[in-house]
Amino acid sequence: MTVHFKQDKPDESNRLDDMRQGVIGKALPRVEGLAKVTGTATYAAEYSIDNCAEGVLVTSTITRGEVTSIDRDAALAMPGVIAVIDDPRLTTRAAQGTADEAPQQKPKTVCYWGQPIALVVAETFEQARDATKHLAIEYRVEEGAPLDPNTVEPEEQEDETVHQGDLAHAMSEATHSVDVTYTTRGHASAAMEPHAAIAQWDGDKLTVYASLQMLNYNISELADALDMEEGDIRLVSRFVGGGFGSKLGISEEAVAASIAAKELGRPVRVVMSRQQVFQCIMRRSETTQRLRLCTDANGTLTGFGHEALVSNLPGEEFAEPVLQSSHFLYGGENRELMLKVARIHRMTAGSVRAPGEAVGMPALEAAMDVLAEEVGIDPVELRLKNIPEKNPEEGLPFSSHKLAECLRQGAEAFGWDRGPRKPRQTREGEWWVGTGMASAARVHNVSEAKARVTLKPDGTALVETDMTDIGTGTYTILSQIAGEMLGLSPDRVLVDLGDTRHPRGPGSGGSWGAASIGSAVYVACQAIREELASRLDVEEAELDLSDGKAGSGESIVDLLDGKDLAREGYYEPGDIADDYTASGFGAFFAQVRVNRFTGEARVDRMLGAFGFGRVLNHKTARSQCLGGITWSIGVALTEALEFDPRDGHLVNPDLAEYHVPVHRDVPDLDVIMVEERDPAASPIQAKGIGELGMCGGAAAIANAIYNASGARVFDFPMTPDRVLAAMPD
Amino acid sequence: MAQTISVNGAPHSVPDDPRVTLLDFLRQDVGLTGTKKGCDHGQCGACTVIVNGVRINSCLTLAAMHDGDEVTTIEGLGTPDEPSALQKAFVEHDGYQCGYCTPGQICSATAMLTEIANGWPSDASETLEGAVEISGEEIRERMSGNLCRCGAYANIVAAIRDVAEQSA
Repeated sequence: MTVHFKQDKPDESNRLDDMRQGVIGKALPRVEGLAKVTGTATYAAEYSIDNCAEGVLVTSTITRGEVTSIDRDAALAMPGVIAVIDDPRLTTRAAQGTADEAPQQKPKTVCYWGQPIALVVAETFEQARDATKHLAIEYRVEEGAPLDPNTVEPEEQEDETVHQGDLAHAMSEATHSVDVTYTTRGHASAAMEPHAAIAQWDGDKLTVYASLQMLNYNISELADALDMEEGDIRLVSRFVGGGFGSKLGISEEAVAASIAAKELGRPVRVVMSRQQVFQCIMRRSETTQRLRLCTDANGTLTGFGHEALVSNLPGEEFAEPVLQSSHFLYGGENRELMLKVARIHRMTAGSVRAPGEAVGMPALEAAMDVLAEEVGIDPVELRLKNIPEKNPEEGLPFSSHKLAECLRQGAEAFGWDRGPRKPRQTREGEWWVGTGMASAARVHNVSEAKARVTLKPDGTALVETDMTDIGTGTYTILSQIAGEMLGLSPDRVLVDLGDTRHPRGPGSGGSWGAASIGSAVYVACQAIREELASRLDVEEAELDLSDGKAGSGESIVDLLDGKDLAREGYYEPGDIADDYTASGFGAFFAQVRVNRFTGEARVDRMLGAFGFGRVLNHKTARSQCLGGITWSIGVALTEALEFDPRDGHLVNPDLAEYHVPVHRDVPDLDVIMVEERDPAASPIQAKGIGELGMCGGAAAIANAIYNASGARVFDFPMTPDRVLAAMPD
Repeated sequence: MAQTISVNGAPHSVPDDPRVTLLDFLRQDVGLTGTKKGCDHGQCGACTVIVNGVRINSCLTLAAMHDGDEVTTIEGLGTPDEPSALQKAFVEHDGYQCGYCTPGQICSATAMLTEIANGWPSDASETLEGAVEISGEEIRERMSGNLCRCGAYANIVAAIRDVAEQSA
């Protein structure tokens, strides 16, 4: 039986708080923890499948044009080589998140350097890899593909455009104003597990073990690519070795493995090399952002301007939503916001952790630091002064708003000095030391979701959904939600995820997973509670369940009488989405040291304070925040995709040349969770957590670099060469 | 002459194809997939195993080079029923998220603690001679070859410190 709940109004009842088991929010260790630490958790490429052939993708060495011929003979003559596949159904890009349809196909048409054009299949990985080097490929090159976002006429993303009042006039009349331009380089998700798939056919039925974030969309994308019915496909992703946006959509290796397995009549595994993951999946677009901010004499914003230029391939709908939180974070009645996308032939741009705010917030928050200095006001105070009461563009109320609390609690815990700020006040040996801060904001998203909860005759519960756990803690929080609602210890709740045989979840992405699938589980459990209450002849609200018993003493096992009790919960975000602006908020504080001779910046300590609704598990929620702060360090100091200006190819497609933070780059980090209940965010009062921790943090580091050394840098990442060039004599 | 590699105490024949890395040998031939392939180029540390007591990137060495060697993988350090102290500490401190770098982190940390105990200095050490004092900075420096993109570093260091201090 499916129980449908559509949230059209705020839920102030906070039912989870009425329950008796006392496990919601608790810092429980992950239920799959022992499997992960002992190497027994099975990731996509690791299923043991008999007679599995190995495929390796072949990628283009031109930027734009046509593959005119592939000479297979030399490769096919090599030991173990079975096939060279260039089927027109092969996909050449990963699908964008929630695309729900096949991405670009027809591999003979090349749109970017490094695009997949064929698959070589052999008995072993070594044979297949070697054979890819022996394919003679001829191309017809289409010269003149635009590669530089600054040299093409960009397209305006009209949905993002805001003209409100007269910003130019406000800027000219204002007591204080800043007009600054920042750039950010492209980023890679760089999840540790490379994209991988094993495809296996049983007649016309296809099973694919893959590493994917959103099976509910991925099954449609794969079905569309292969011209199949979804009902004939099963996707399995029980463990996903990180996603960060890169596994939102079906990717090239899964489609290629499926086509090859059908053609060869045997299972085929395709694992991307690290270089292919970098080149063939998604990049976060580079950005150029102009910030215009102006205030009255007291530092109250009268004007707010944020314009951004991003890029993508022709035909891709995704445009890095840089302005997402700029629309509502601060007041200012005169507003100009505009997002433009340049069509160029670098690899596909798409979602990388916190699309939009990951780069928009650092630029905005760095500009706010420039403004604070201009006004002569403490940067924390400047933010507190400019928190709007309602969305300054749409006039909508906020579902909840914890920015002020985060700023105050964060400043207190960090030991923020509110005295006058001047750069270059502290030196330790060859290091300048200083502090900086920034606000955090990330829009809250939810999506429809289904989950089935079954109370088993032995008094355990089973939760089933195709939702994934990409390291976020889904397995654990769902055991806590079901355990809390049904009066069971979480170790009595088995959570079965990542299989499209189960009801469709929302998938993991946009920080919407926990609030969405958690609500579906909540709805199912609520229906089970109603059934149990009717069996006990009491009102549901009076049903007092804990440790497998009702308050009146009856055991759940007795009530079940040897039979399963199952309900499918179907949660749907309702009209409430149009009634409120919902966002997570927070604040970052950082202490940084800058080497006066080399310009090297190191983070000494960093703190984040975040308000994101109900915390479902303090341990896994804190880990999400730590992860976000760690990404902030990468954005601030090291991460940059570099493209060859001649052919647009990515020149640093690996983990030696693209610098993600390593252990020694990350100091002890503090996280403060400002608990709240957001009644409009979801039926469980929770908001998204996974991305907020990196939405602005890089600016706290940038602002600390200035405070430490006097180097005001306008380009992220703030590498030593840039810091040194900006350092005063 | 047959060549064998000992993996977690059990003998296995060296593969015929000389191109097979120790990593692919462990994952494909032996079927121990706890050792992870993250980059295949020695850049991420996910494939870290312990060979004759020393941690190495198993993707950067060929199986054929390990005749007679003793290889310990994550599966050899502990099991879900009998986890090692570090494995338990990683669970307790949430020293992972997606779990893909985790076996490499734990193998690396296991051998790294032995290196400290044996007085091997690092860039973070005060001196090149004498005993090495365990500190957060020592652990971070020595673990920097093991990348974690989820950003669990703070918890990984806490887990390792916990074990190091208990056994000190």
